[in-house]
Amino acid sequence: MPSLGADMDAGTVVRWLVKPGDDVRRGDVVAVIDTEKATIEAEIFESGVVEELVVHEGERVPVGTVLARLGTPSVAPPPSKRRARPEPALVTAPAAVATGAPAAPAPPPRLAPAAHSPVVRHLAEQLGVDLARCHGTGPGGAITRADVERAARPRAGEAPARRRAARRAGAAAVTPGRPAQAPSQPPGPRRPVSPYARRLAAELGVDLGAVRGTGPEGSIVAHDVQLAAAEAAAAGREDLTAPPGETPARAPAAAAARPEQPDAERQAALRRAIGALMARSKREIPHYYLSTTIDVGAALGWLEQANLDRAVPERLVLPVLLLKATARAVAKVPEMNGFFVDGAFVPSEAVHVGVAVSLRTGGVIAPAIHDVARLSADELMGKLRDLVGRARAGALRSSEMSDPTITVTNLGDLGVEAVFGVIYPPQVALVGFGRATERPVARDGLLGVRPCVTATLSADHRASDGHRGGRFLAEIDRLLQEPETL
Amino acid sequence: MTNDEARQLIRTVLRQVAPEADLDDVGGGETLQEALDLDSIDFLNFVAGLHQQTGLAIPERDYPELSTLEGCVAYLTSAA
Repeated sequence: MPSLGADMDAGTVVRWLVKPGDDVRRGDVVAVIDTEKATIEAEIFESGVVEELVVHEGERVPVGTVLARLGTPSVAPPPSKRRARPEPALVTAPAAVATGAPAAPAPPPRLAPAAHSPVVRHLAEQLGVDLARCHGTGPGGAITRADVERAARPRAGEAPARRRAARRAGAAAVTPGRPAQAPSQPPGPRRPVSPYARRLAAELGVDLGAVRGTGPEGSIVAHDVQLAAAEAAAAGREDLTAPPGETPARAPAAAAARPEQPDAERQAALRRAIGALMARSKREIPHYYLSTTIDVGAALGWLEQANLDRAVPERLVLPVLLLKATARAVAKVPEMNGFFVDGAFVPSEAVHVGVAVSLRTGGVIAPAIHDVARLSADELMGKLRDLVGRARAGALRSSEMSDPTITVTNLGDLGVEAVFGVIYPPQVALVGFGRATERPVARDGLLGVRPCVTATLSADHRASDGHRGGRFLAEIDRLLQEPETL
Repeated sequence: MTNDEARQLIRTVLRQVAPEADLDDVGGGETLQEALDLDSIDFLNFVAGLHQQTGLAIPERDYPELSTLEGCVAYLTSAA
């Protein structure tokens, strides 16, 4: 069970999208996991063959629990490719799945040893744990104290899984003819359904059993559901539709539990989760706050020009430049980007910017856009639109939830001039942008009116000081004066 | 496009962009972005929806005309 945010202690496997025997490749979405905050598509971080699904649909298990066992890939990726991975931080995505086959090659080094916090290294030495074989559940796959302790008592950790396996074997023995895994397998061939498609189906009253999937390997995607709904409406046929909320033929009770959970209850759980995380932040992180006013005349002018040639859907918005400038500024002041884990700051090489997205029904969630500094403005715009849409539709992916290295909040988009945010632990900085407003600006002894944005920084005093924070905001300002270079 | 058609179209597009928003709460002269809590991405999606349904180019300089419900209706009835 990957840690999808610092506030997550446990998660529920809502649905498996793979079954034993399936080939999976790194980055594939293999399961849907429900946390208190959101429903997340869990991606696998290693390639191989699914050997066993250890945790059943509907089961709630603590972070770090083995969800499934993975065997040696049928076609091993070329070694040169493995070595050439440019992004060590990505290799360290949280361990959702343990490599179970004894013959499996040793996993590639997860983090350069120096990147583990000293406390973790020390503990690992004491307990005789090989960090290279340890599953990191911390941010960006970092190995935490808890992971080392878990690794140090493998028997205790494995016993429940074995007991479960034994129980299943026993159940199979006393009920002959019934496959051991029957309870988790819906009848009929199973086709994966994207969470968004499932949600849409519930909303539109479409029976997923009757929908033709056009996604990868016949999976049902949102478009298929829309098509089915449109066909049903056009033909006035009743047989494609089912009462909203009902998903006949494919519903082990537990898997259907998530959509049926009352909104109010979900809201309350989300509020509790946000409250707990923010309380922890304020308790543990010695915040300092800085603010500066940035003239965005150049940025807005550049956007206007750039958008002249773009059709509506391709147009860029100011937050794209603000995100880009923040990600680029990190190169000058790396103390703002990374995690504070087990008593030490661990900088991150990659810049994954968490974008605070307010959910209309209340609550806020800050999933990451990966490698923002490397994206073009158009790519970033596409990702931003996609991310905001999926955050609100409840279809985020595990990697987006687990590894933002710095967060940007753009509350000002909706009105306020300045926002002083609360840092998302274990991150160490949060940048807030207020609304762009025209303000009187004195320059060279003259008074003029310019569009301005108030940029703020909330940063962790354990990782940096105000002087460096000031450098960081100044660098963001400087970059925004040269929008064409972003 | 008639007044009613324009209204219907705006309603349909807004429902896609902000399913939770209640259009009946929006006064004719009120800013859509403020009344419906639309951020810049939502507004872009709204304009993109209008563009998709009508084929109008809707250049950025026209955005101010689209800020209110009445403004949108006027814009669509005169242009499409």
